[in-house]
Amino acid sequence: MTAGPAAGPTPERAAPHPDGEPPTAPGDVTALFERARGGDRRALGRLLTYTERGGPLADAVAVAAWPLAGAAHVVGMTGAPGVGKSTLTDRLAQVAADDGWRVAILAVDPSSPLTGGAILGDRVRMGSAATPGGPFVRSMASRGQSGGLALAALSAVRLLDAAGHDLIIVETVGIGQVEVDIARTADTTIVAVSPGWGDAVQANKAGLLEMADIFVVNKADRAGATDARRDLEYMLDLGHRAGWRPPVALTVATTGEGADELFKHVQDHRQHLRTSSAEAERRARHVAEEVRRHLHRWVDQLVEQPTRQTEALFAEVAQGDLAPSAAAQRLAGEVGQVPERDAPGADDEPEV
Amino acid sequence: MSGPDGDAAGAETERRQPVRVVLAKLGLDGHDRGLKVVARMLRDAGLEVIYLGLRQTTESILLAVEQEDADVIGLSIHNGGHLTLAPRMVEAVRATGTDVPVVVGGIVPDVDLERLAEAGVFAVLGPGASAAEVARTVRAAAARRA
Amino acid sequence: MSLPDNPFPGGAESHDDEDSPRARAEAQWRAAFEAAPLRDGTFETMSGIPLAAVHGDPPYPGQFPYTRGIYPSMYRSRLWTMRLFAGMGTAADTNQRFKRLLEAGGTGLSTAFDMPTLMGRDSDHPWAVGEVGRAGVAVDTIADMEDLFAGIDLGGVSTSMTINGPANILMAMYIVTGERGGTERARLSGTIQNDILKEYQAQKEYIFPPRPSVRLVTDLIGFTTAEMPRWHPVSISGYHIREAGSTAAQELAFTLANGFAYVEAAMAAGLDVDDFAGRLSFFFNSHIDFFEEIGKYRAARRIWARWMRERYGARQERSLQLRFHTQTAGVSLTAQQPEVNIARVATQALAAVLGGTQSLHTDSYDEALALPTERAARIALRTQQVIAHETGATNVADPLGGSAYVEWMTDEMERRATEVFDHLDKLGEGSILEGVYEGIANGYFVGEIADSAYRFEREVNAGQRIIVGVNAHTTGDDGETPTLYIADDVEDQQLARLAEAKQRRDGGAVVAALERLAADAADPTVNLMEPIIDCVRVEATEGEIVNALEGVFGTYTEPAVV
Repeated sequence: MTAGPAAGPTPERAAPHPDGEPPTAPGDVTALFERARGGDRRALGRLLTYTERGGPLADAVAVAAWPLAGAAHVVGMTGAPGVGKSTLTDRLAQVAADDGWRVAILAVDPSSPLTGGAILGDRVRMGSAATPGGPFVRSMASRGQSGGLALAALSAVRLLDAAGHDLIIVETVGIGQVEVDIARTADTTIVAVSPGWGDAVQANKAGLLEMADIFVVNKADRAGATDARRDLEYMLDLGHRAGWRPPVALTVATTGEGADELFKHVQDHRQHLRTSSAEAERRARHVAEEVRRHLHRWVDQLVEQPTRQTEALFAEVAQGDLAPSAAAQRLAGEVGQVPERDAPGADDEPEV
Repeated sequence: MSGPDGDAAGAETERRQPVRVVLAKLGLDGHDRGLKVVARMLRDAGLEVIYLGLRQTTESILLAVEQEDADVIGLSIHNGGHLTLAPRMVEAVRATGTDVPVVVGGIVPDVDLERLAEAGVFAVLGPGASAAEVARTVRAAAARRA
Repeated sequence: MSLPDNPFPGGAESHDDEDSPRARAEAQWRAAFEAAPLRDGTFETMSGIPLAAVHGDPPYPGQFPYTRGIYPSMYRSRLWTMRLFAGMGTAADTNQRFKRLLEAGGTGLSTAFDMPTLMGRDSDHPWAVGEVGRAGVAVDTIADMEDLFAGIDLGGVSTSMTINGPANILMAMYIVTGERGGTERARLSGTIQNDILKEYQAQKEYIFPPRPSVRLVTDLIGFTTAEMPRWHPVSISGYHIREAGSTAAQELAFTLANGFAYVEAAMAAGLDVDDFAGRLSFFFNSHIDFFEEIGKYRAARRIWARWMRERYGARQERSLQLRFHTQTAGVSLTAQQPEVNIARVATQALAAVLGGTQSLHTDSYDEALALPTERAARIALRTQQVIAHETGATNVADPLGGSAYVEWMTDEMERRATEVFDHLDKLGEGSILEGVYEGIANGYFVGEIADSAYRFEREVNAGQRIIVGVNAHTTGDDGETPTLYIADDVEDQQLARLAEAKQRRDGGAVVAALERLAADAADPTVNLMEPIIDCVRVEATEGEIVNALEGVFGTYTEPAVV
């Protein structure tokens, strides 16, 4: 996910990647970025690849995107496998597009922990993704641990935002740490459940109460839908955040029923955020969170991809010559002194 | 922290970036057993599979390739339509000014292999291709694109 | 041991009291056997040893739960039907092939449709490009159906139509073809596959979502029950489930569950189980694991009989008897050393016969490469004839019954299928139909099948499972197998025909009929067969009728389970 800053291209770097493409110069990022902003899907697709791979190109993308990002409304869509998230996301995207929004979808799925490979199947359920005028859809595999994914997903969201999308839906599976991380940086988090999904106690245990801004009971044409809604309402009666009580929408994603209502809830929540007295505080929290994640990346990298000096430092700790706290203190000093990496072979034109 | 010896850069090179491959069936035929088996083979070989499934058109596949920045297109064809469908896909890719390689999986009589190669199909994987062969072929296709 | 006091040579003496259950079963069997007509033939071994018609313990063939076969005399009365599938190019091409078959003494026609027809799309639909007439015959309007059966007396043949999503439309076309040729619907005889549930699970040729699709199935069951006593309205098919990669036990379980689902749906639509159950039939795969397949067929009959009687309250014997067609496993054919497929097909065909099939299609050895050539299709038919006339496998009913291994395998198949029924019953809260709907929606069926398919591939890859010519004994593949090519001009011909058909009809009448159909479709209590027949009469196309229904029913996208 993260690239090591290095002084210059090494022979390994200059050689073609055995399993992908050679990276291109940050200078190309500017050109691609302009094309992406002009609506070039292929350029945007390539920039997302850079973002996803991490490293200096990802940093260059992030630097270019940040000043232009901030206008989009970011929706997190999560729920257990099989509740119909992809179809629901597709319907929500259609309703928003009909209302004049430019929509992008980021569909995140887990990579196999054993092989690093992944099957990303969300597009199957997103009919609108297959139409030229439809939303921009990108599938993303988790590729490693949650912190890295959250950062890559966040960077991808900023890029999609900067490229002119007004509504970005980030779809994730389940309600694990990754989803919580991603939800924490979404403006509106939708939690989808299906009828017969369990009682309020289960929901509470899963931490949904803190996470959800909107609940959806999908497959509402089935028995048990109103029971599920009642359970959720009961749970919300017991306590919810001040100022916003999460609404519970009923949808049938396969027919599109209820998608209008869901989109209205999203708009209401957006309006609520804008007029909320705590909005400035929330924004500040998001910014701090985002900076913290980048900082984490550098720290993780120092430890996970140690240089010879770092390894020597670890050896000193292991031999008992140095306390771990003292080693950390020395390394913390290194974090701030990262040298900027030179551009590698700029003659590698991206094939876009 | 890192000197001119470029330790960190070397470490990154070792962590290979997963190849991204779009898998789809063109046409109406609904036999997706082979496509699903290949999807799992590629996942288990460490590739990222963007699975589009049944009844795709050249247009919907191209759209996915652009948005997903895919390295390879894998087409499953089982109803004898390979001579029509596969060359059409290659032409559609080339018309966009790119060269994303197309790999065909399915039953292709030997006599048609040459025609597909002439049409620009990167490789044909027949029934009985091993998991290793499938992954090797797709990686080779991705490397050609790079 | 063989039956006592057997009127047929080879029988042994009875050791039981006349009133024992065994004696009663024997007496009952003998009476039934004597009442059954026998075909010409000498029922003795090649060496001249006379043979009893059945050996072993009761219940005997023809007796509940029919594990040992549905007829007391089995193949001594009648061999299975040797059915071969035909259909390619335009309707006129297939018509020629049908006529040759009839002239050669055949009485059964089996129709394969091309992909656009199977998917309910006209030949001029964008999806149809490159597929018109390729894997079967193209039928867009009643005119194509009339061409298909031109010069054939529909009252004198039995027609099998392999079609599912748009089955009601093709059925309507066949009915109108009969009407125009002077054969009323009550005299039409045949089978239409019309098994939509397995499409969501395996073959993926669906159009509408499951619930309205099952309504179309029950409409056809209800319609034929009332109007077409010689028609089989559903052929519940495990074949495609197996081809998609399931195990034998999954094929058995999913297929019978689908059968139960249709029974529940038809009963919910107000039909009496004994009025329709006798005309349901099944279609199974015969794969290469010989004894597993035989156990599967035996278990299928036993499960169906018990469930129909105990759970659905059927009383008539015919409602309890599972009749099935078998096709050898297309997926087991290899492109490498294709002639070796002849040996595979022979083994699979023998398993189907020993398992008591009523009808059999043997695959042609070149089908892993292309549609079969006439020569390859002839060898496939000859394979059945060798089993029927040379092997002696037809002399004794259920010849493997009583084998400890085969009986164990039968029990094991049943046990595994029962686990699936329990799961679906729970999913559907006491309804198999609802359980099947849920299993489709949550990806249970496709997931289970994909898991099995992948497990198999990995075993082959790892060399744990040997496939001759593929991962072992690979020398000797000369790669010279002649394959069939279909002319490229079929599509153009068909497009011209369709344009012509649209030109000459009364456009206003078509619009009016389609609007009436859409209105009727919105009312779930209306049987849609007559409104569809009305659309066909005014020459609405298949695609137009599908569109009208789609407007009410919607479309279906599968769950993304890979």
